[in-house]
Amino acid sequence: MRLLSLPLRSPAYIDTVDWDALSPSEGQRLREFGVCEGASIEALHRGGLLGGGPIACRVGRMTVAMRRSHAAAIEVRTGPAPDDLPGNLAA
Amino acid sequence: MSSFPLVALVGNPNAGKSALFNALTGARQKLGNYPGVTVERKAGRLSLPDGRPVELVDLPGTYSLAPTSPDEQVTRDFVLGKQQGEKLPDALVIVVDASNLDNHLRFALELIGLGLPTVVALNMVDLATRDGLELDARILSMELGVPVIPTVAVRKRGLDDLKAALETLLSSGATEIRPSAPPVSFEVVRKEARRIARIAIMRETASRRLTGAVDRVLLHPVAGFVILLALLFVMFQAVFSWAGPPADLLEGWVLALGAFITNTLPPGIVHDFLLQGVVGGVGAVVVFLPQILILFFFILMLEATGYMARAAFIMDALMARVGLSGRAFIPLLSSFACAVPGIMATRTISDPKDRLTTILIAPLMTCSARLPVYGLIIAAFIPARSVGPGIGLQGLVMFLLYVAGIVGAMLAAWALRLTVTKGQSSGFLMEMPKYQLPRAAGHTDRPVAARRDLPEARGHHHSGDQHCPVGAGQLPACARWRTAKRIFNRGADRRRHQRAGRADRFQPRHFAGTAAVHGGARSRRVGHRDGVCDRCRG
Repeated sequence: MRLLSLPLRSPAYIDTVDWDALSPSEGQRLREFGVCEGASIEALHRGGLLGGGPIACRVGRMTVAMRRSHAAAIEVRTGPAPDDLPGNLAA
Repeated sequence: MSSFPLVALVGNPNAGKSALFNALTGARQKLGNYPGVTVERKAGRLSLPDGRPVELVDLPGTYSLAPTSPDEQVTRDFVLGKQQGEKLPDALVIVVDASNLDNHLRFALELIGLGLPTVVALNMVDLATRDGLELDARILSMELGVPVIPTVAVRKRGLDDLKAALETLLSSGATEIRPSAPPVSFEVVRKEARRIARIAIMRETASRRLTGAVDRVLLHPVAGFVILLALLFVMFQAVFSWAGPPADLLEGWVLALGAFITNTLPPGIVHDFLLQGVVGGVGAVVVFLPQILILFFFILMLEATGYMARAAFIMDALMARVGLSGRAFIPLLSSFACAVPGIMATRTISDPKDRLTTILIAPLMTCSARLPVYGLIIAAFIPARSVGPGIGLQGLVMFLLYVAGIVGAMLAAWALRLTVTKGQSSGFLMEMPKYQLPRAAGHTDRPVAARRDLPEARGHHHSGDQHCPVGAGQLPACARWRTAKRIFNRGADRRRHQRAGRADRFQPRHFAGTAAVHGGARSRRVGHRDGVCDRCRG
């Protein structure tokens, strides 16, 4: 499931990230925000009056705002992050 | 620039760097600019426990040593000793947010890898506790190989420990310095950071943060937008109505000063210069000072509470339509106060085209210097009547004038995007900081005496001794001494060592009993894996 279509406030973890769909600087910034395979993620808020606005997500312990184009590049699975993956912390 | 040891404060954005900087340097700050870029250089003087002065520089917050914007470039160049006109720092203070450890540690590891003498300030430990996190600074220190000092910058906790650790670092002499970015891959560092964070976190409970609940309302697509507009409206209404009485007062003074000049000086060129030039010119602007101050107050409050990032989030969809990102909203809102800091604030926008567009439209926002003109025109042409409960016509017109400025800027941005700054925009990626209660200059919860650094308080009443020389026992009500003593008491170890004449061997190990930290770059080579430092045993 894409992060874009993840229901609000349902815990999930990042399955894969399509880094090629993001520009190098965007990819770097997302990595710095803790976006990586296995990190726990939760969609919190959607912005924009008429839709098309950014999405605020909790990644690990951080709240990050990103545009829909970024969220479309992130593939997620619902449920708590599995322990063996390195991304898990706030599970 | 100065011969004092140079210490740089580095860390992620929102780690509380500036609060720590303010707490450490107090009023002794110097603002400047790095050559060639509009990045502010914030430096201050700090006195170590032994009285040595140190120059502390607050570097712009960044997420890694791979810069994406001009101010991140400054941070990188500074810690590598490549910043023009700066020497290589003698020590680094890495500020990490205790409740965001795994993320902030990654950058901390990157910085520690530079090999400079380093101390880590584990900041905002109180918020981490509130978040249900329990950390062990001792373990963290062992894993990182550098001293780790828990601090709460806004409450001035842990500052003495931090200074003591710095002192140890700077006395131990420079270690081998290899100021080049280590060729370690991002993934490796990230995994290491996560591993260390997991070890250091003793207990972790999931907690529903207040921030999340507030955000549900403030980031709501409809409610959030209405609240933002209402907030802006109240802000401008307040600028107009609250500023009335103090502005009248100032006007009275200006008139009185004019009358005084007329009465005392004979008519002539000096009289005219003072009356029409100085009093007439400066006076006309000074009258609007209350309005400008109120506007700046509101903008600073929005920034300090963390609402600015929310405003950017709400505005992003709209800004995207004219080819800008929500990030541009903050510089543009600052431009309401003054376009100069507004343009300076654009340095956080990493995309050059986004930045240029924002810079070009920022002056179209109604800055506070235009406020007098608006005020004058409104007072002259708009009657002061009410058009509804609590809504004055004058305030409403003021609001609409501001809106006109915004619409004009948006049209200009749209036109620029089609011509000068053509191309793909960079998108919107932003951290949403936790909400915080703003504090006046970061130190309101202490009596006045405590706002001074300890050496000064000591100099006033007890010159390095335990007893108040002004009269031990005679002055039990000496508030300043009591406060100084209270701070002093927390450094129990320090006193013990001083009494025993071993001040040189003092190692900070207090702060709620969690931190046993052994400073100095040498500690990396000192065996203390078994929990006790070799240097303490010996």
